Amino acid sequence: MNAALLVVEVAGRRAALPAERIHSVIEPASVVPVPRGPRHLAGLAALRSRPLTLIDCRSALGFEPEEARAPRAVVVDHDGHLYGLLVDLADEIIAATGSPEPLAADPGHGWRRMAPTMIESANGPLLLLDIAALISGPDAA
Amino acid sequence: MDDLLAEFVAETRDMLAALAGEVVAWEADPTDRARLDTIFRFVHTVKGNCGFFDFPRLEALSHAAEDALADVREGTRPADAALVTVVLAVLDRIAAMIERIERAEPLGDDTDEDLIAALRSSAETTAAAAQPTAAGAALAEQRTIRLPVELIDRVMSGVSEMVLARNDMARRLQGFDGLTGLEAPFARLSGLLGEVREAITRTRMRRIDGLFGTFPRMVRDLSAELGKQVQLEVESGDVELDREMIELIRDPLLHIVRNAIDHGIEPPAARESAGKAPVGRLSIAARQSGNTIRIGIADDGRGIDCARLADKAAAAGLIAPAEAAALTREQAIELIFAAGLSTAETVTAISGRGVGMDVVRANVEKIGGTLEVESEPGEGTRFLINVPLTLSILPCLTVRSGGQVFAVPRSYIEEIVGTAGGQAEFAHVGERRLLTFRDRRLPCVPLSAALGLAPRGEAQTFVIVRLGWGDLYALEVEDVLDHHELVVKPLSPAIMASGLFVGCTQLDDGQPALLLDVAAVGYASGIPRELHRPAIPAKGADVALDHGLQVMLLTGLDGARRAIPLDLVEQIERAPIAAVRRRGPFAQVVLGDRILPLAGLGEGDELSDPQPLVRLRGETGPVAYAVRAVIDIEHLAETPRRVGADPARLALIGEDAVELIDEAALRRELEGCAA
Repeated sequence: MNAALLVVEVAGRRAALPAERIHSVIEPASVVPVPRGPRHLAGLAALRSRPLTLIDCRSALGFEPEEARAPRAVVVDHDGHLYGLLVDLADEIIAATGSPEPLAADPGHGWRRMAPTMIESANGPLLLLDIAALISGPDAA
Repeated sequence: MDDLLAEFVAETRDMLAALAGEVVAWEADPTDRARLDTIFRFVHTVKGNCGFFDFPRLEALSHAAEDALADVREGTRPADAALVTVVLAVLDRIAAMIERIERAEPLGDDTDEDLIAALRSSAETTAAAAQPTAAGAALAEQRTIRLPVELIDRVMSGVSEMVLARNDMARRLQGFDGLTGLEAPFARLSGLLGEVREAITRTRMRRIDGLFGTFPRMVRDLSAELGKQVQLEVESGDVELDREMIELIRDPLLHIVRNAIDHGIEPPAARESAGKAPVGRLSIAARQSGNTIRIGIADDGRGIDCARLADKAAAAGLIAPAEAAALTREQAIELIFAAGLSTAETVTAISGRGVGMDVVRANVEKIGGTLEVESEPGEGTRFLINVPLTLSILPCLTVRSGGQVFAVPRSYIEEIVGTAGGQAEFAHVGERRLLTFRDRRLPCVPLSAALGLAPRGEAQTFVIVRLGWGDLYALEVEDVLDHHELVVKPLSPAIMASGLFVGCTQLDDGQPALLLDVAAVGYASGIPRELHRPAIPAKGADVALDHGLQVMLLTGLDGARRAIPLDLVEQIERAPIAAVRRRGPFAQVVLGDRILPLAGLGEGDELSDPQPLVRLRGETGPVAYAVRAVIDIEHLAETPRRVGADPARLALIGEDAVELIDEAALRRELEGCAA
């Protein structure tokens, strides 16, 4: 039995998140900005009555932020807090056809630290995003 | 264990917890009939209940205590210290038995003859038999029902969801201009939901009173054992704390209190030769201060002997002798937190057990708190425990800055000053604006600048923020929105990193709002971080001499202005109209879990919903005073006095004669109701 993957699109590229870690995918409403927060912190929303910290995956990968569209938030529970990972698209869950394996070549700036492994799937190879690394952001040591 | 028995155990526990303070108070004043009656009723109830169950030991003991107390009630026996000690020992023994009953253990064949004999005998023989056990006091405060916290959290978050859904529905209903026919049932549902929400919130919260209630007994036992005289002052400030947090701070607190009595407060003779009153003072006070619960434990004992502490540290090899000589007083005091140091001359059974202040501090820090100490030689020592609120209901003010809504804990707010009307006066020192506020110049901190937000329009309003020991600064905001009781939730580390926020909360419309750490905002904007030594609060007459009586000015329900001495004011609250009971001249209001007499209510006065109330410290307990609005806090220029035959004391404020609602006026009003 192979792992299920959520296919997302960030900065024009497709990548995967492990589906088992994912709580839900929502369109965040009532987002308030967080002053003096790190750059990749997109704001604070509420999911039911729990606070939801929004992480802009584009900035977390080190790309310049883009004009806001209506992005999707992939909700994950990390260390007891809820985070919403903002991605451009998230609509497909597919089965992996292999196990995570080291990258054959450098995926390029940004992706390097956030996606240390890749995984084969029905849709071809996908970078497997590291949720913890996305949350701590590009400035973390 | 069957239900009936479980109920007996729970009920007895509750009564024991309530009694702990009563017995000590009774000892202080053996003629206090009310307290004697309370204790008598307790043993009587226990004895009676034993009839349903088969506990001959418990029955015999409570019977003996009942007999002895009955003699006191009839005046055939004095309530001397020896008897009080025996009664305390009896309560402890009962507590121990209750614990065994709960664990379904047999009570055993131990005999209670020692206590029973002591109860029956004369004063001389009593003291020896009764050695109160420390276990008893701690036991009395146990919970009566245990639930996994996770379950309560789940219920609570469900209720929060329901409140949001209710708010959404209320907005939709408004669109129909009251024509749906659903308004009345909706209002009822809404009210019920409010009650459920409050109840479930309270299940997690517990008043710190419960914990503090065990101190009078402990202090009494300890000081008796050590031959010291200690007067304890406990002030709980109505602080509520997460249940878990209460359990976690219990041990550190007990340790500090033990230390204060053992090491801090001197024996009576030593105090007298040092020119102090023979009775030492120990005060324990709790206050909610924004993001922290602050508990101060202060004694007026000998203070920390820094020289000896440094010598001991050097002798123990913790620091070099040269270092010891060069220590500042603050550094030397910090040595009490070094592992394995004690300045006690002799290791006593009380605090010299090897568990040091290092462990106490570590335990406080483990729960995210801090422990500070200040000490003056010969004057006393003061410990300050700060513990964070994790999940707590916090009264807040919402403000707008940079177009965004933030919450500010109300306990930090001294006052709100508007610039409209031109009464605000400013000065500039370099780039810093100073606001003149009651003869003081307060530095201004624009919140939008502190948060790096673009200001939207002129900052119109100043929230005067009180830091630590009374430093004030003025926080400039665009607007002050409303008062709320907010449920504070922890933030993720990514948001906490800035240090400017302590939590987040959801407003009624579901919008999240960040809770500001106004202390950190101030410090980050250049407000100096000074720890002023708190002055011992002056009371009553002293205040009047210095600045005139400080009063809270308010508008009564009849529209007339009144003044209440600030000393009497405990809290400003709002109660739903449903919590008020009016029958003829009598009125009561339910606040929290108490029914308070309600004053300030004339015949035919209309109440609003919610009704603002000022909770006052009356002569016989808290009293609620209904008001239309609270106006301000002022110092009276002159002492209020009676004019003519009217018993009311009046003061001239502006051009109005304003009645002072002091204790006497409050009594007149409440008795007037009864008459």
